[in-house]
Amino acid sequence: MTNALMPIYVLATSLIAALVIFTLPERFHKVRTTFNLSAAVLKIVLVGVMAVGIANQLDYEFRYELLPGIDFILRADALSMLFAALSSVLWLCTTLYAIGYLEDAPNRSRFFGFFSLCVASTMGISLAGNLFTFLIFFELLTLSTYPLVVHRGTEKSLTAGRTYLRYTLGGGAILLIGVALMYGLVDQTGTITDFAQTGSMAELPAEQHVLLFVLFFVLIIGLGVKAALVPLHGWLPIAMVAPAPVSALLHAVAVVKAGAFGIVRVIYDIYEIEFAWQLGVLLPLAIWASITIIWGSLMALRQHEVKKRLAYSTVSQVSYIALGACLFGPIGTIGGIVHLLHQGIMKVTLFFCAGNYAETLGIHKISELDGAGRRMPLTSIAFTLGAFGMIGVPPLAGFISKWYLGIGALDAGMGWVIGVLIASSMLNAAYFLPILYRLWFKPVQGPWPDEHILAGRFETIGLLLWPTVATAVFSVAAGLFAAHMFSPLSWASLITYREYLP
Amino acid sequence: MIPILLIIPLAFAILSLLLPRKWTRTIVIPGLILQLGAALILCLTIYTEGPQDYALGDWQAPLGISLLADGFTVTLLALTALIAALCAIYALFFLERYNREQFYFWPLFWFLLASLNGIWLAADLFNLYVGLELLGLSAVGMVALTSERPALKAALDYLYAALFGSLAYLAGVALIYGAYGTLAIPQLSEMVAGNITTQVAVALMSVGLLLKTAIFPLHFWLPPAHGGALAPVSALLSALVVKASFYILALIWLDVGALAVTVSAAQLMGALGAGAILWGSWNAFKTPQVKMLVAYSTVAQLGYLMMLFPLAIGVSEAAATMAWQGTILHLLAHAFAKAAMFLSVGTLVLAIGHGRIADLGGVSQHMPMALFAFGLSAVSLMGLPPSGGFNAKWLLLQSAIQSGQWHWFVVIAGGGLLTAAYVFRIFRVSFTETVRHEIQATHPMLQLSALLLAFIAIGLGFASEWPLRLMDLTGGGTP
Repeated sequence: MTNALMPIYVLATSLIAALVIFTLPERFHKVRTTFNLSAAVLKIVLVGVMAVGIANQLDYEFRYELLPGIDFILRADALSMLFAALSSVLWLCTTLYAIGYLEDAPNRSRFFGFFSLCVASTMGISLAGNLFTFLIFFELLTLSTYPLVVHRGTEKSLTAGRTYLRYTLGGGAILLIGVALMYGLVDQTGTITDFAQTGSMAELPAEQHVLLFVLFFVLIIGLGVKAALVPLHGWLPIAMVAPAPVSALLHAVAVVKAGAFGIVRVIYDIYEIEFAWQLGVLLPLAIWASITIIWGSLMALRQHEVKKRLAYSTVSQVSYIALGACLFGPIGTIGGIVHLLHQGIMKVTLFFCAGNYAETLGIHKISELDGAGRRMPLTSIAFTLGAFGMIGVPPLAGFISKWYLGIGALDAGMGWVIGVLIASSMLNAAYFLPILYRLWFKPVQGPWPDEHILAGRFETIGLLLWPTVATAVFSVAAGLFAAHMFSPLSWASLITYREYLP
Repeated sequence: MIPILLIIPLAFAILSLLLPRKWTRTIVIPGLILQLGAALILCLTIYTEGPQDYALGDWQAPLGISLLADGFTVTLLALTALIAALCAIYALFFLERYNREQFYFWPLFWFLLASLNGIWLAADLFNLYVGLELLGLSAVGMVALTSERPALKAALDYLYAALFGSLAYLAGVALIYGAYGTLAIPQLSEMVAGNITTQVAVALMSVGLLLKTAIFPLHFWLPPAHGGALAPVSALLSALVVKASFYILALIWLDVGALAVTVSAAQLMGALGAGAILWGSWNAFKTPQVKMLVAYSTVAQLGYLMMLFPLAIGVSEAAATMAWQGTILHLLAHAFAKAAMFLSVGTLVLAIGHGRIADLGGVSQHMPMALFAFGLSAVSLMGLPPSGGFNAKWLLLQSAIQSGQWHWFVVIAGGGLLTAAYVFRIFRVSFTETVRHEIQATHPMLQLSALLLAFIAIGLGFASEWPLRLMDLTGGGTP
């Protein structure tokens, strides 16, 4: 039956791509590129077909018994489609970008192999139908991203890789403990941990509530390492040594999003928002997320490297998702979920731009950006759009997220969140506007640090430029056409109204 | 059908000794096919018709040699045939430069296989002893193959440990025979009572078997023997040989002497296992040699098998079943993963000429498949999903939750991180670009056979139901 196999196909496109790429010899770069790109396009088509199916109330589910009493489930629902769409579109963009970025670099076969495997893991995370399946792909993601982080093989990247592993494997172990306890103590039948079965946790006897409260935070700590909740975020700025496409992928879709997505799943599909509210777990998490938002922004202010500043900005921005998930009420939920997508496209644009500056002109520090706007106008426009989006200037994507988060907070009776949002927006402006000022208004200071790519017909090579422009256009479109049927916002509203608040 | 599994390897052992040297290699592949086919047919027979026993020469139980094949047995037989086949294919190519060694390797290989099959099928304690003795001798012979000084020293230590182990075991068997007048396992499990004689017998047998299984603190002989042997030998030893004595140990504690063992003794066994995990991981983390790292990893991984005793003794039936299932799965996953790891590491060592971890730089470019095989097997050993090792760990964790034994829960959950600490040493070095040594070309089959084993270890993460279902078919033997 095709419905049951669709999730498998979607997963297989990147899994098979990974296996084929691994086996292809290094020099077959044309075959590899063709194969990789066709797999990416095919995946977008498949996800699109499934999304239309979901909108028309079709079910896509594949399951089989993996261990006695425990099922392996791949299921597409509206929420998984949001994440799947993000990761499949950005897979294509980052792959194109990476082809340009790594031109003639060694070990490309290994790089693109693990890159595809990483996307396969995010697909698995998005399609996982229960907590057990989620855990499988969550760990697979750790394993497939490590080789990307240490790809350059330098002492610095290996050390970063070690830090990355300490955090993610540690977080994975805590998540495993949480999941194992969830199955062993609360849910022997596997119904509560199934994302599609709702409302069963509220029926548990009251004496289990303390346990559920504790388990919630065990799960959140396990997920929070990847979602970079302060103080579990230490790996993220260090992992910046990875090549730019990797950073883009890690920050926009793969690692941090996997954590944030997991938090949304735990709150809405395991605990259920209403029960979580009664249990009193939402307020502590909202405070935790708010601290992360402010702290990340403050740290970003202090960074002098472009990529580092962007990294701390991610720490801050991803917590909007967790914050939105904690706001009890449909509007806040929409704000959190839609930010999952908005932050992805905006952040990927910013990282592409940072990569372009570094590859084309050798710019790594913010102080070196003076006057780069005239030398690289398209990149700089894209950067400007991304930055304005992050600050939340209307009508860009980030504004939509913040607007819904703000109203949602009022609805949920947590007015203080507005204060957090305003403070964070001001901090965002404080660390992005000086960059924009340098780009556009400061004169060029002498020659560029290390100009590899001379200006030809365009400011840099096409494979670096066009993905950047494309994602910048997406982030504008997501804001401008927010009311359109297939916009991220409408989809997030669909998720919210269909699944959480029937 | 059952005795064929003993006849095939014995016949090939004798053939390898008698036939001219150049033929010993030629008969390997037909022999492996026969062996695999026989194991497969027996699997299917048991699956369709249930457990079977067989009396050799029609002498019935108390006097004659009886063999028993149930679901558990055939799983182990199939495991042995499969791993042995892949290791043998590897050995065919690996031993090309070892002319003298390969003449001795093949007879020993077939004897090893025969004794393993004998142990899996044996239905009485004395036959198990004979199997153990044969197994120990052929394993020691294989360790000594290269006849270099360290190898000989390791082989000698191994020989002493094996002999002392069998002696202690035999003393226990003698006590049992004196007390009950029979050694047949099905009969003993109905007769044995929890008196002092039985307890002494069980203790003696256990000490012998712990020594042979190299359970901490009796593991001293294993790292030099497994780390110093030729790669295909190390793989066979770590994947299969130590499992045989563990199998007997489990049989005695959970079946034959179930009434004689106490909960506190079982907890002590678990403590030994925890010690093994810590000590093995620590040494694997410290050693500069890549093969010693893998060998110490075996010491650590055997510790998880010991969790069976505290998790299955004195607890509810549901918890015991899960512990049992988890242990079996761990045994299978570790066998595949460790064989894959030794084979892949053997290829790396062959290519760079020696085994210092610090000199593995640049191998990821030249031998990606070997490194990938190492990586996949490491995933299973760390107990990360998706892999057989993860499913095993999951079941053990669930069993610990069921019986409320939180101390073992912590050990099992934390052990994976210790494993990660030492296996990532290899990855870390292999990603560096500086090539310190000339990397020699090796036959691609060496990398492929390791990769195949590693894929099985991972695939077990998706197909755990099969062995577990097969294992449910017990013949009143194992619980």
